[in-house]
Amino acid sequence: MSTTLVWILFILMGLITVALRGSFIVLQDRLSLPPLIRRALTYVPQAVLAAIVAPALFSSSDVTLIGFDVRLPAAALALVVATRTKNVLATLGVGMGVLWILTAVAQRVS
Amino acid sequence: MAFSRRAYLAGFRDVSPMFLGIVPFGMITGVSAVSVGLSPTEAIGMSILVFAGASQLAAIALLGQGAGVLVILLTTFMVNLRMAMYSASLAPLLAPIRAPMRAFLAYLMTDQAYGFSILTFRRDPTMPRRDYYLGVATPLWILWQFATAAGAFIGAQVPPSWQLEFAIPLTFLALLAPAIRDRPGLVAALLGGGLSLALVNLPYNLGLVLASLIGISAGTLAERIWPPASPTTGEEGAK
Repeated sequence: MSTTLVWILFILMGLITVALRGSFIVLQDRLSLPPLIRRALTYVPQAVLAAIVAPALFSSSDVTLIGFDVRLPAAALALVVATRTKNVLATLGVGMGVLWILTAVAQRVS
Repeated sequence: MAFSRRAYLAGFRDVSPMFLGIVPFGMITGVSAVSVGLSPTEAIGMSILVFAGASQLAAIALLGQGAGVLVILLTTFMVNLRMAMYSASLAPLLAPIRAPMRAFLAYLMTDQAYGFSILTFRRDPTMPRRDYYLGVATPLWILWQFATAAGAFIGAQVPPSWQLEFAIPLTFLALLAPAIRDRPGLVAALLGGGLSLALVNLPYNLGLVLASLIGISAGTLAERIWPPASPTTGEEGAK
């Protein structure tokens, strides 16, 4: 993507975000959300975050160990830590740590 | 309306435990931005223009995959849709404030600004709202800008062999785990993630959009089988 297009993208992202944030606060009573939409909105984070995460976690890196992509065990352990601790830093530490260790091992083996 | 120092400091005090979480999250966002090829200036510009962590990280991940503008904008819309919910919830409480100031407050909206404000305004109706909200929101804004800038400059020095771009899905994983509080939420996540993986070869990352929409619908439908967890304030923990 060209530099100009990147800046246009960021400006449009900013406009969309501020429109969502400002929607009701600025326009007050001139807007209303139907109850069904309100309920559906509660599931937006789970569905969207999972949809972003899944392909990124399982996208293959160049490094494999006994036939497995080293990102898989790293992601699996990070998932366990994420559900147990709900802590971003712990999840990152374990995920990146396992990735680095396995990458080092794989490079030594090959 | 005179500025209430007391209200500003009350907001600042309430949000201060969050500072420790914002800084690393901002730095991850800055590091990730340069790991997919953005310049530090672009990373900083994005933080100022968008100022919404999860959607910035999503856009960075998509830029790294070579996604098109339209898909990134749709994703921004969906990731930040919850802000419209916060906006609806806060609107009556902020109604007496002048419109230009309300627009400024809206730009500063975060999960934390909403969460602390709604709880405090309900508990204490005499709290000066504009200044309490500013007390929560402005320190987060400043920290976010410095943290993403620091991350971008540090990230630019790190060699690609560290695979720092893997921090993006890991961070999302950590945000996703606490967001799943009930079975309908789990259904939404499983379908969103599973379908997105299955449809990963659709052009323009449209699989992401389709999978999200189906996941959201499935979660809403699943409420008929399993009752949802009691509604929360929408406090998501990290920004």
